[in-house]
Amino acid sequence: MREACDLVVVGAGPGGLAAACHAAEAGLSVLVLDPQSQPGGQVWRGEARKRENRLARRWLDRFAASGARFRPGARVVAAPEPGLLLVEEGTSSLAVRYGRAVLATGARERFLPFPGWTLPGVLGVSGLQVLVKDGLPVRGKRVVLAGTGPLLLAAAATLHRHGAEVLFIAEQAPAARHWGFALQLWRHPGKLLQGAALAASLVGIPTATDAWVVAAEGEARVERVRLSVRGHEETLPCDYLGAAYGLVPNLELAKLLGCEVASGAVVVDERLETRVKGVHAVGELLGIGGVDQALVTGELVGHVAAGKPVPTGLERSWRAVRTFADQLARHDAPREELRRLATPETLVCRCEDVPLQALDGCRDLREARLYARLGMGACQGRTCGAAAEVLFGWTGEDVRPPCLPARIGSLRLPSPPPHTRAS
Amino acid sequence: MSAPKSEVVTLRINGRVVTVPEGTSVAAALGTGDALVSRADLSGRPRGPLCGMGVCFECRATVDGVPEVLTCLVPCREGQEVVTDA
Amino acid sequence: MSAVDCAIVGGGIVGAALADALSEAGMSVALVEARSIGTGTTACGMGHLVAMDDNAAELALTSWSVSLWRALAEGLPRAVEYDACGTLWLAADAEEMAAVDSKVSNYRAAGVRVEVLDAAALYEAEPALAPGLVGALRVPGDAVVYPPLAARTFALRAQARGARLMTGTPAQALRPGEVVLANGDVLAARHIVLAAGVASPSLCPGLPITPRKGHLLITRRGAPVVKHQLVELGYVKSAHGTEGASVAFNAQPRVTGQLLLGSSRQPGVGTREVEAAILERMLRRAADFLPGLDGMQALRAWTGLRPATPDGLPLLGPHPEQPWLWLACGHEGLGITTATGSARLVADQLLGRSSAIDARPYLPERFLGRTPRQVAHA
Repeated sequence: MREACDLVVVGAGPGGLAAACHAAEAGLSVLVLDPQSQPGGQVWRGEARKRENRLARRWLDRFAASGARFRPGARVVAAPEPGLLLVEEGTSSLAVRYGRAVLATGARERFLPFPGWTLPGVLGVSGLQVLVKDGLPVRGKRVVLAGTGPLLLAAAATLHRHGAEVLFIAEQAPAARHWGFALQLWRHPGKLLQGAALAASLVGIPTATDAWVVAAEGEARVERVRLSVRGHEETLPCDYLGAAYGLVPNLELAKLLGCEVASGAVVVDERLETRVKGVHAVGELLGIGGVDQALVTGELVGHVAAGKPVPTGLERSWRAVRTFADQLARHDAPREELRRLATPETLVCRCEDVPLQALDGCRDLREARLYARLGMGACQGRTCGAAAEVLFGWTGEDVRPPCLPARIGSLRLPSPPPHTRAS
Repeated sequence: MSAPKSEVVTLRINGRVVTVPEGTSVAAALGTGDALVSRADLSGRPRGPLCGMGVCFECRATVDGVPEVLTCLVPCREGQEVVTDA
Repeated sequence: MSAVDCAIVGGGIVGAALADALSEAGMSVALVEARSIGTGTTACGMGHLVAMDDNAAELALTSWSVSLWRALAEGLPRAVEYDACGTLWLAADAEEMAAVDSKVSNYRAAGVRVEVLDAAALYEAEPALAPGLVGALRVPGDAVVYPPLAARTFALRAQARGARLMTGTPAQALRPGEVVLANGDVLAARHIVLAAGVASPSLCPGLPITPRKGHLLITRRGAPVVKHQLVELGYVKSAHGTEGASVAFNAQPRVTGQLLLGSSRQPGVGTREVEAAILERMLRRAADFLPGLDGMQALRAWTGLRPATPDGLPLLGPHPEQPWLWLACGHEGLGITTATGSARLVADQLLGRSSAIDARPYLPERFLGRTPRQVAHA
């Protein structure tokens, strides 16, 4: 199957939706690709159906009326030449020709290995939140959450609302850093409101800074969690554990397209154009910045794509968002102790079942991959790669096609071959 | 704005009949049993979903005969057959 | 620091196997590698151990090397994934089946066990193959390994005997009795062997070695699709053509349940990126032989730069104009297969031992020095 468009937007979270709306409203033919079944991304997951969040509802309604086309279940797997993406949709394959591209691939959680983190019932913080939003029954279930930053509170609020018994929230950040960050929220009224709303719903849930998971224990699933809480160890029996330490951007597609990446973010100019002509990046790809950054940068790129002048207010807003994002990054930085939780037997790579001890003597990611199969499995190192960066300081290798595992048929070029001009 | 009407779908997970609210993801439906389990690791130990976002590949299972489906990205549908290898 | 008996420059599988062979003979050895052992071209290959019969010299070296691998197999760690899966050379038509007859006599003359499969026997052996093939030649003694760990195993064996593994140590220049390192240090050595693959000409200008790029693709773990390494007989034409890019069907079962697919050849191309048009040609060719291919799950694609020589044979022996410098390079796509034999041939010459096969066809003097045009073909 084939599609063609003026603008392809990869990712239907807030950033992708904002870009798509502006471009489509200006008359461009816009195609939005997302692996989920509905638009909204991770942050507005399920909102297309539930319509609970007012901001989400506003953008989703605007998107539905914008004329942009949405392809659900669409995963970009290769970019064989400029202006062409190969996409897998369930059991079918799609070739998309585009004039301009907006990458809005968002972020994933950063997981750090600890004993027992592979047990069923141990999920990410947002991972558990997403499953609960998606219908995982948690009424009366005992839940422990461990991680960092505002996402931890957001997850706790969702779980609480769905009837879970949230036993404990472990915030890894040291108290001073945490409360310093909380005070900074005064400068960001939008954030503050969110924070206040969250805090209100969390009354009565024990929370501690300087706290993290030491181990998850159980036979065939998690049964209890050992925590380090301000220097003391505590054990809590539980049904679910959500544990993750902040977010990392999903940079694979940007790298595959040849975009320059520096300090964990895509390098862009003031039009949010990457070093690859006609390819823009928004949202978390510019450094973790949440919904506000996604919307501001999405709107900005939408104006650029539509050939309209960018309102100066948008540029100002983005700078303000970046200030907040930098504070968040400092707050969420994993503390030293988290790097030393894995025992020699703890798996680091969950796809190829590579224990920490198999990495003995490996000096870099390439050695770890080739000698110990770290990151050589189904997720292509997405989970263990971010962990290895924190644990060992190893940074990623080049991304090659397919940038997600894909049917070989999805990697086949559309015929006639694209190089018809060259002869 | 009124809440959407609550409807349910019925599917089978490893032969077990499961009824869930419409909009439930297959990964979430896996958690209606004894444990949230989707697959077995290389040694046969059980694994369950981790990221919920289609990134970690832990939630993969066979859905309507298609192997290796990321169940966190797929909504439950009436009559669906889900098979996990753990 | 005192001089070592031998400095080997290049820690790919050939250099590592040579370090193993020389240290076993009691020499003090330093293995100088710019990055990590077995992570360059070695890690980008399929890891086939295959007897090839394009010419007598190739057959002598490959068949001997495969038998040396077989003798090693018992002692290799499991992670090296030595798998005696054998090779099936697939005949697509009567003409290719006729070529099987001449291969049979070549192999048998070299002492390589082979058997001819008719179409029925072929499909019984490999039911996943496309219909219409007329038969195959089975070489049961061929095998596959996982190259980076095979190389590392050789290097660690050498290290256990006292060899120095100098990884992360690029060499900058080679001089009589010295390897000048990029960090400014000088490594003194009585003998120097250059085993740096495609990088060899940068340390010894004038070597007739050019990159030949190849693409590979591996699938996700799953139920095995094929049991043997499968190669189309057309591979011989494709693999050794010198003009333009070519592809040929080559598929390999891995012990992980993955399927490793090749192959492509682009003479003179030294870039590393995966090229969509070449990958497409390679996959289209593979799908001709494996009709279920498009439904399989691709996990990774990558390229490797093979060090090609004009006659397809490696350079093994002293540099005729710089007798202090020994060469063990230019293996193109047969570096994994012939690492064992190449190491033995060079070690035998360095140590003044006699070899199990005639070393002359691989001597660098066929291209270099006094008799530049006289190609020693057996």
